[in-house]
Amino acid sequence: MSEVKKIATRDSYGAALVELAKDHPDLVVLDADLAAATKTGVFKKAYPDRHFDCGIAEGNMMAAAAGMAAMGLVPFASSFAMFAAGRAFEQVRNSIGYPHLNVKIGATHGGISVGEDGASHQCCEDFALMRSIPGMTVLCPSDDVEARAAVKAAYEHKGPVYLRFGRLALPVFHDEANFHFEIGKGEQLTEGNDVAIIATGLEVNEALIAAEQLKNEGIQARVINLCTVKPLDEEIVLKAARECGAVVTCEEHSVLGGLGEAVAGLLGEQCPTKMRRVGVKDVFGHSGPAWELLEQFGLRSDAIVAAVKELV
Amino acid sequence: MTKQENLALQIAACKVRMGIIESTHGAKAGHPGGSLSAADLFAYLYNKEMRIDPSNPKWEDRDRFVLSKGHTAPGLYSALAYRGFFPVSDLPTLRHIDSYLQGHPNMNTVPGVDMSTGSLGQGVSAAAGMAKAVKYLHKDNVRVYTLLGDGEIEEGEVWEAFLFAAKYKLDNLCVIIDLNGLQIDGPTREVMPTDPVDAKMRDFGFRTVTINGHDFAQIEDAFRYFHDQTGAPTAILMHTTKGKGVSYMENQVGWHGKAPNDEEYKIAMEELNAQMAELEAQL
Repeated sequence: MSEVKKIATRDSYGAALVELAKDHPDLVVLDADLAAATKTGVFKKAYPDRHFDCGIAEGNMMAAAAGMAAMGLVPFASSFAMFAAGRAFEQVRNSIGYPHLNVKIGATHGGISVGEDGASHQCCEDFALMRSIPGMTVLCPSDDVEARAAVKAAYEHKGPVYLRFGRLALPVFHDEANFHFEIGKGEQLTEGNDVAIIATGLEVNEALIAAEQLKNEGIQARVINLCTVKPLDEEIVLKAARECGAVVTCEEHSVLGGLGEAVAGLLGEQCPTKMRRVGVKDVFGHSGPAWELLEQFGLRSDAIVAAVKELV
Repeated sequence: MTKQENLALQIAACKVRMGIIESTHGAKAGHPGGSLSAADLFAYLYNKEMRIDPSNPKWEDRDRFVLSKGHTAPGLYSALAYRGFFPVSDLPTLRHIDSYLQGHPNMNTVPGVDMSTGSLGQGVSAAAGMAKAVKYLHKDNVRVYTLLGDGEIEEGEVWEAFLFAAKYKLDNLCVIIDLNGLQIDGPTREVMPTDPVDAKMRDFGFRTVTINGHDFAQIEDAFRYFHDQTGAPTAILMHTTKGKGVSYMENQVGWHGKAPNDEEYKIAMEELNAQMAELEAQL
């Protein structure tokens, strides 16, 4: 295999903000002492007057961002997923979600691939928390190209958006020249009618690897990338379920409350289909190298292949 | 302030108090105690202090007010209604199903409400964010006001917001704290002592003034002090009486979150009507 460029989506976040800010003076960035890690540091350097470091106080940061949005600005409030969605949940719910203010939450270090920091920082609950807020859009891009497009789309979207980025450098598999991103629209990446593999975030690339392996074994998998975890692209999911008759969801998130349950909820009501959910199985993570953790917690392509084989 | 001006404000405040009783009685629920303690402040803000336009509630260059102690919505709604933002006759629909007068302030349903609040501690953060945005946008005429309860400052987020306000030198932000001394579980000094609040505010970088929150001359002086805008946020600490204006509610913790029944409503309105008659006689 030829050398594939690898970029962490958190780097894409910082780069996209700098790019967008050029033409949009209403875009400002808030951080809670993590600018170096959330990669908004590049924005801070480029636009020091538009970067507000709120200190280690995520609750205040979220509600302050809400106040800025009420004044017509488009704030991107940044922290780790654990603190953005977890610590500040109630501020996001009451000060951003309830008034439907135009705040964008840039949450980096989502999932177990945070690695060595361990369970306290490995947020596998953010989809569940953010999905439960009415009117909240939840995005989880799969590579650099999609991540930068998602940041732009989030800026253009009127209303609150939660963006989840990862720490880990990921292969860039999208071709930027031919890539079109729309919130709420899934992307079919491979043709196949034996099983649908519906993935988000870094799991999309794992799904592609799994599909390749399955193909060698005569199983044609339809890989669907759902960057938009909410609102769910019901059309693409229902079509896949009807045409494939088996669905495997893959997410770097708890199997409780995330993409898997969103898909299961839809299919349960409209098109009961046999399913498996690849995800973190209602357990906390622990310290370790990211890729080894992904392996250990059953989030690599081999686990997806195994899940498919239980169905097909 | 002339005697006539002072009298006019007292009349406006008496109307705010009547609206609080009308709305909480109509709702059969709500928070009259902390609404009444801040009634004079609401009257001053909406009749004298703030640059607002009731016919254009979303006017971009208006001053902003964030009711961080959102449960005292009856006081805010009453001030807004008497100022002409919406009909006074709607006040008794407070908390009714399908009424736009939600139990806690909703910026998307109530004309004149600048921020949705209710969960304590968050409004002051939003107000600080607004003040920072005002600075960023160079809207030099716009000021941001927020009112907190003295129980509310037990929330840690409040102090995060104070740090933020001081860091960014938000001299366009006026933080008002209603020191009525009572919260749901009892006297604030017993539930969770916060004294001395003035020293704490100064330590947190606020220009701080302490007043009697029922004295309009002192309220006016405090806001003049705020208008200096000399590079630091202002805190106005106002000592008040919870339930002020209705004899049986004054300093009674039980009236924090309880509505007057029909008999109590009648007594309260008789008292407020008598106060109004006395004020009007002095005009």
